[in-house]
Amino acid sequence: MPKFEFERGKMVPVPSHSIVPERDVNSAPVLEALHLGIDFGGLKAVDDFNLTIGRTEIAGLIGPNGAGKTTVFNLLTKVYAPTRGTILLNGHDTSGKTVHQVNRMGIARTFQNIRLFDTMTVEENVKVGLHNTKAYSTLSGILRTPSYWKREREAHERALELLSLFDMQDLANHQAGSLPYGAQRRLEIVRALATNPSLLLLDEPAAGMNPSETADLMENIVKIRDTFNIAIMLIEHDMNLVMNICEGICVLNFGRVIAKGTAEEIQNNEAVIEAYLGKQKEA
Amino acid sequence: MAVMKFLRDKRTRRDLLTYALVIAVFAVVYVMQANHMIPRMIAGQLVPICAYVVMALSLNLVVGVAGDLSLGHAGFMSVGAYTGIVAAMGLSEVIPDDGLRLIVAMAVGAASAALAGFLVGIPVLRLSGDYLAIVTLAFGEIIKEIVTCLIVGVDERGLHVLFNLTGSLSVSDLNLAEGGIAIIKGAQGASGVSVISTFAAGFLLVMVTLVVVLNLVRSRTGRAIMAVRDNRIAAESVGISTTRYRMIAFVVSAALAGAAGALFGNGFSQLSATKFDFNTSILILVFVVLGGLGNMRGSMVAAIALTILPEALRQFSDYRMLVYAVVLILVMIISNNDTLKSAAHRVASRFASRRKEVGADA
Repeated sequence: MPKFEFERGKMVPVPSHSIVPERDVNSAPVLEALHLGIDFGGLKAVDDFNLTIGRTEIAGLIGPNGAGKTTVFNLLTKVYAPTRGTILLNGHDTSGKTVHQVNRMGIARTFQNIRLFDTMTVEENVKVGLHNTKAYSTLSGILRTPSYWKREREAHERALELLSLFDMQDLANHQAGSLPYGAQRRLEIVRALATNPSLLLLDEPAAGMNPSETADLMENIVKIRDTFNIAIMLIEHDMNLVMNICEGICVLNFGRVIAKGTAEEIQNNEAVIEAYLGKQKEA
Repeated sequence: MAVMKFLRDKRTRRDLLTYALVIAVFAVVYVMQANHMIPRMIAGQLVPICAYVVMALSLNLVVGVAGDLSLGHAGFMSVGAYTGIVAAMGLSEVIPDDGLRLIVAMAVGAASAALAGFLVGIPVLRLSGDYLAIVTLAFGEIIKEIVTCLIVGVDERGLHVLFNLTGSLSVSDLNLAEGGIAIIKGAQGASGVSVISTFAAGFLLVMVTLVVVLNLVRSRTGRAIMAVRDNRIAAESVGISTTRYRMIAFVVSAALAGAAGALFGNGFSQLSATKFDFNTSILILVFVVLGGLGNMRGSMVAAIALTILPEALRQFSDYRMLVYAVVLILVMIISNNDTLKSAAHRVASRFASRRKEVGADA
């Protein structure tokens, strides 16, 4: 099994068995999942999950309801400890790490059912995301030392900068829980970006959005990738979105990968068509 | 310029107003006290009121800001009270100045209570919700029982501590040298304590507590604590260790309660461990809930009002607690009444808009 020592800037080729976009082939993958699996009692919720994500790839994870897509996200972010397999994030093994530790290692996510800090303002939500990048000690916060003022000012400016990505800077002082649905989804993405990730996981970002909002979202996802130069992996049921912006698509059914490839390959894959539409009866 | 920007922040202005209000109340009461204008009944309550205000503020940090229901807060007050008393009595020759000795006693009380909070927090903060409430309740009772078993004395050879587990030991078992004094006498509690707590010291502690709590809440740490309260899973996902930040809130709260305990303990010549029982924990929780979760000004008002009220109602003798209960229920009904709330809101917004107009003219 090839294992990569990741160093920023150092070119390490991605393994030959994986598919990543042309431009990422010469840099180390941001994420590698090897034979990942988890059992819930006797049920193999996810089994033998292998995936490589390129440094600036937009990857899609699709599959019918209950296929185990969110479970994969929960495994990658350590909400669940995998029963089997290894996860390499930027070349580092994440086994034994907790959720907040893997976030610091470079993985951030949003949630299928929005999880904001409802009683706090929009700006504060983003500042919580900046917790580890704009750090100062508890004591210096209580005593308001110069480092408190400096870091707080930086956090304030950075928060507004990140919010302006989605034209949300005017909402900075609104309570997060009172925002409209679409804005809450966008705020979740901004908060995740604030943690300075190298891989962003989006769990159904277009859920509950109308076609024009979804079109905006598609543009924004590509914009985020280009601005931050990061990899993005998304779970989505909107096939239009997935087929248009995802460079690599992984299809999951009953906890197993049934197909991997580009949008075109997936659309013509027998196993995928069967999983989604059912087997055609012989006449 | 920087100052202007600083003042433009709504929260900063609110905090400064809180400080100003506390200072104003202190000044008025202090002058009244100097001129003997305060009824004796309440004058004797000034130090306990300060201690309870600090207790309410510190519990609000755990219950209101961190969202963890703790039912054993009086336990930390107890730890602070007895370590504070021992420190003050033991150091009476080293530090002859009463004020300085009280400050040292409060620091000792805070440190011991913080340590107790940390030790209690290790198992307790693995739990949440009802379990956390039950276990903190138990810890409050355990601390009370431990203090009941303690016999402590001091002489020129130093500190003597006995742990009276069987109930058969007494002060004479300390074998104190001549001139030594017993400070804590088991179930009897502490007695013969020289009263060194003053209203001014209480005010200082309230101010320190306010600065610590308000600055903490407005800092990165405070945001992390509130994030954990609002959504634990999301907080973890953005790189915040929930255990660490709940622990910080718990320990800071315990430390402040310890300082309040030292202030309280050194304000009475006699203090029994049963003073810090479950009822006291609940009383402090009532201050917090009545004043509003996360509302520091409310906590202070509730602590002051509910400490004075039973004293003021003394003339009703037997019906005192009945009236107290009725007042509590009325406050809860009134503060949750939508009609009254919207009326208050209308008045407030009218004031706000008028102020804006004035501001625009100026």
